[in-house]
Amino acid sequence: MTTTRRLLLAGSAGAIAAPLAAPRIAAAQEAPGVTATEIHIGSTNALSGPASSYSVISRCLEGMFRRLNDEGGVGGRRVRFTVYDDGYQPPRTLEQTRRLVERDRVAFLFNQLGTPTNNAVHRYVNQRRVPHLFLATGADKWANPREFPYTMGWQPSYRVEAQIYTKHVLEQRPNAKIALLYQNDDFGRDYLHGVQDVLGDRFRAMVVTATNEATDPTIDSQIVQLQATGADVLICGVIPRFAAQAIRRVHDIGWRPMMFMTNVSVSVGVVMQPAGVEKGVGLITSDYRKDQSDPAWANDPGMNEWRQFMQRYIPDGDLGDNNYTYGYGVGATMIQVLRQCGNDFSRENVMNQARNIRPMQLATLLPGVMVQSQPDNYNVIRQMQLQRWNGSSWERFGNVIEGAGS
Amino acid sequence: MSAIQDTPTLAAAAPRASIARRSVWLALGLAAALAPLWLLESFHLFQLTMAVIMSLAVLGLNIVTGYNGQISLGHGAFFAIGAYVTAILMAQADWSFYATLPFAAAVCGMVGYAVGLPALRLGGLYLALVTFSLAVAVPQLLKHRALEGWTGGVQGLFLMKPEPPAWLTARVAITPDQFMYLVALVVAALCYLLAWNLIRGRIGRALMATRDHPTAAEAMGMDIAALKTRAFAVSAMITGVAGALSAAAVEFVAPDSFTFLLSISLFVGMVVGGVASILGSVFGGLFVLFVPNIAESISRAAPGVIYGIILIVFLFVLPDGVAGLVRRVLARLGGRAS
Repeated sequence: MTTTRRLLLAGSAGAIAAPLAAPRIAAAQEAPGVTATEIHIGSTNALSGPASSYSVISRCLEGMFRRLNDEGGVGGRRVRFTVYDDGYQPPRTLEQTRRLVERDRVAFLFNQLGTPTNNAVHRYVNQRRVPHLFLATGADKWANPREFPYTMGWQPSYRVEAQIYTKHVLEQRPNAKIALLYQNDDFGRDYLHGVQDVLGDRFRAMVVTATNEATDPTIDSQIVQLQATGADVLICGVIPRFAAQAIRRVHDIGWRPMMFMTNVSVSVGVVMQPAGVEKGVGLITSDYRKDQSDPAWANDPGMNEWRQFMQRYIPDGDLGDNNYTYGYGVGATMIQVLRQCGNDFSRENVMNQARNIRPMQLATLLPGVMVQSQPDNYNVIRQMQLQRWNGSSWERFGNVIEGAGS
Repeated sequence: MSAIQDTPTLAAAAPRASIARRSVWLALGLAAALAPLWLLESFHLFQLTMAVIMSLAVLGLNIVTGYNGQISLGHGAFFAIGAYVTAILMAQADWSFYATLPFAAAVCGMVGYAVGLPALRLGGLYLALVTFSLAVAVPQLLKHRALEGWTGGVQGLFLMKPEPPAWLTARVAITPDQFMYLVALVVAALCYLLAWNLIRGRIGRALMATRDHPTAAEAMGMDIAALKTRAFAVSAMITGVAGALSAAAVEFVAPDSFTFLLSISLFVGMVVGGVASILGSVFGGLFVLFVPNIAESISRAAPGVIYGIILIVFLFVLPDGVAGLVRRVLARLGGRAS
């Protein structure tokens, strides 16, 4: 008897309140990891083990959430950010992710590090419909909204990078013959796929390929073989050791193609100097971040914002470590999504906002490089700017170029 | 299971009274193993499943290193091979999980036997290095181009954990996590039973004799070469089965899952749990899984330091492993009672 009456009362109260506040209150109560005062976000990173140099990304993100809380939080709530160590071991990543989701009941997962490690939780988070946002990995597979709608990368993938090079080639030399040298693994094959994406049916006619193994002693024979085909463009998706060899060899045999090098392998100390700085003149690569050592950004407002943040929240951080500019960019993207959420931090809404980021600039990214997402395109950063080696440093040129999309 | 195995010599001359006591212990052990099914939520159950799997892997290591005295720093490799055999058969050939288990055991047994051959000529530290090189090499071999079609290369392989069968779900409400725990528990219990039977019998005594005094053992007519290689084979087989279980529980394998650190942590688990002790392997597995988590909860900045401190404390306080402590406590209790 009393139960019925209480139910009736509750029902009528709900009916009256519904048009005004009910959906919001309901969402706040149902959303895991969200209370009236707090949003709990989880992550994993290699805090120990061989990949632990990346752990500074988590430090940077912690600093950013601390700053956000100091400024009053978001939606009236403070952000609690929990990072667990997985030592870069996939089984540990699954264990720690399950701990975050099932025991700590976090609202969602953000910026977990690594390709094999995220692989281990890819299906789990999508089955459970936990947003798995802005991962710290450059693999191409995270932008697959149809099969894995809850997973989203952030940085441009190798595939997008290759798309950008190919677009530049078509613009400069529409009748080019392209030589593609790539490493025979997932990393290298992303370059192959990127070139295929842009050329489509023309791939067969325009491109000759050669592959190398990470274990090969040299790639001299591949270079000679590619030169013999008469190609006038060379795109390389190889690790630093082979990058230095390729640059030197191409120069020494007198081949002068328009040459592109993956931005994984363009470090001045590791690649350009061993290759011979004068032999690499004219080499082209790409980037999406502002290089903090570039004097052009010495008085840049965006980079000054980043420097002030570092000074205040991570005073002992190494300003030369570009993981901090990366972290600043990815953290700013996350905070933007939280702001877009309004007062509804349910998993559905967080995901919905994450896949609807209107194009925006970030402090540590190159001017013109936009962060954005659409329900059918999860490539959050899909633009880069080319840069050319002038014998002593990298010089940016041209406008930012957009990849072909997913 | 727990109390029985530590008193192998007593078994022969066991008075009837102790049989009753033993069945009480067995019932208690069974209850302790099954209780988590109802008591723990899914995440902790998953952790416990992994701990059971790790303790099985440590048991494998204990047979060759603990009972037979051949130091192996490469058992992570057998674990990886077992995991990959199951993953390849399930992901590429659509086998059922249960059918892959004997296959994984057989493959690991053969590899173990082959690794046991150089062990005949190399002893002690040299053998440790040979097995260590195996642990370093296997993750890279798994990425190799020639095997990539099967192993999936760096990307690894995805598989599904075994589903609870319909006749079971029709009768009781059981989640996939609970069922996986049950599967791991049953397989581990069978392996423990086999290992226990092996160790307390003629072969077990021969293994220990070879360890303690090879010359005397040979003079007694034992075939040392056969014993050593077979010990390696059985040991690899058990660790391989553990690997197969872990592939199913994690539902994913990748070369990075099986770095040489895995071999080292299995070794640490064996020493901390108790060398040459079957019960010790259980504690070893718990140590392998839970101590890194405890270390991390104490200090996020330097979990490695805390792990080291915990390890040193264990070795100081429990020089003969957790199993040694249990044995001493039981002996004291038994002494007071009688």
